[in-house]
Amino acid sequence: MPKLRVQTEEFDAGGELNLFTQSQFGMGAVVSFSGIVRDVTGGLQSLEIEHYPGMTERAIESILAEAVSRWDLGDALVIHRYGSIPVGAPIMMVATAAPHRSDAFQAAEFLMDYLKSRAPFWKKEVTRQGADWVAAQDHDEDALKRW
Amino acid sequence: MKLDVLYFAWLRERIGLGQECVETNAETVSDLVEELRAREDRYDLAFSDLASVRVAVDQELTSFDAPLSDAREVAFFPPMTGG
Repeated sequence: MPKLRVQTEEFDAGGELNLFTQSQFGMGAVVSFSGIVRDVTGGLQSLEIEHYPGMTERAIESILAEAVSRWDLGDALVIHRYGSIPVGAPIMMVATAAPHRSDAFQAAEFLMDYLKSRAPFWKKEVTRQGADWVAAQDHDEDALKRW
Repeated sequence: MKLDVLYFAWLRERIGLGQECVETNAETVSDLVEELRAREDRYDLAFSDLASVRVAVDQELTSFDAPLSDAREVAFFPPMTGG
């Protein structure tokens, strides 16, 4: 059964991946992705992530259900943080387990594309000069069209 | 009817609150937006560019022409930036 955690606490992406991998039975492939706060412009201190409690869980569960119906998946994991996250810290991770790697890779990419623009999270960049909301990118919306 | 109306990210900041209970007879999301815009400048400003606003009714993403019959919760927010 897919697992979902929405939390403020930092998590250990490597440890989570090991636990996820060890809990599988009969799966030939595990794929994982971790997103990390990156200072693109120089001067970023942290990200403030706001979310919509309730809808966040519903939206991600529906994305997970869609992934399970489209690919031959044994399991999936989504962890997404909210609150204040410093540069270099993990924001989120996705892991998929499948009998074959192609399903695991495709489902992980599908989950990431949908989490970016269909899960109700909003990022604000905090710098010494102030804070500003991150604008959604057209290419993130376009990425959904391939599915 | 009474609706819980929620605002997130810069909509929350421009309007100055995250959640309020609204008594309305609006039939669609668009009607509700018009009612809110007529209230005060801060609402009018927040909803001035609807191309950059998304809406969820009862926690499901929908469009501005969606009906509000049976709705309990309406949320307005900018395009999502998760992941």
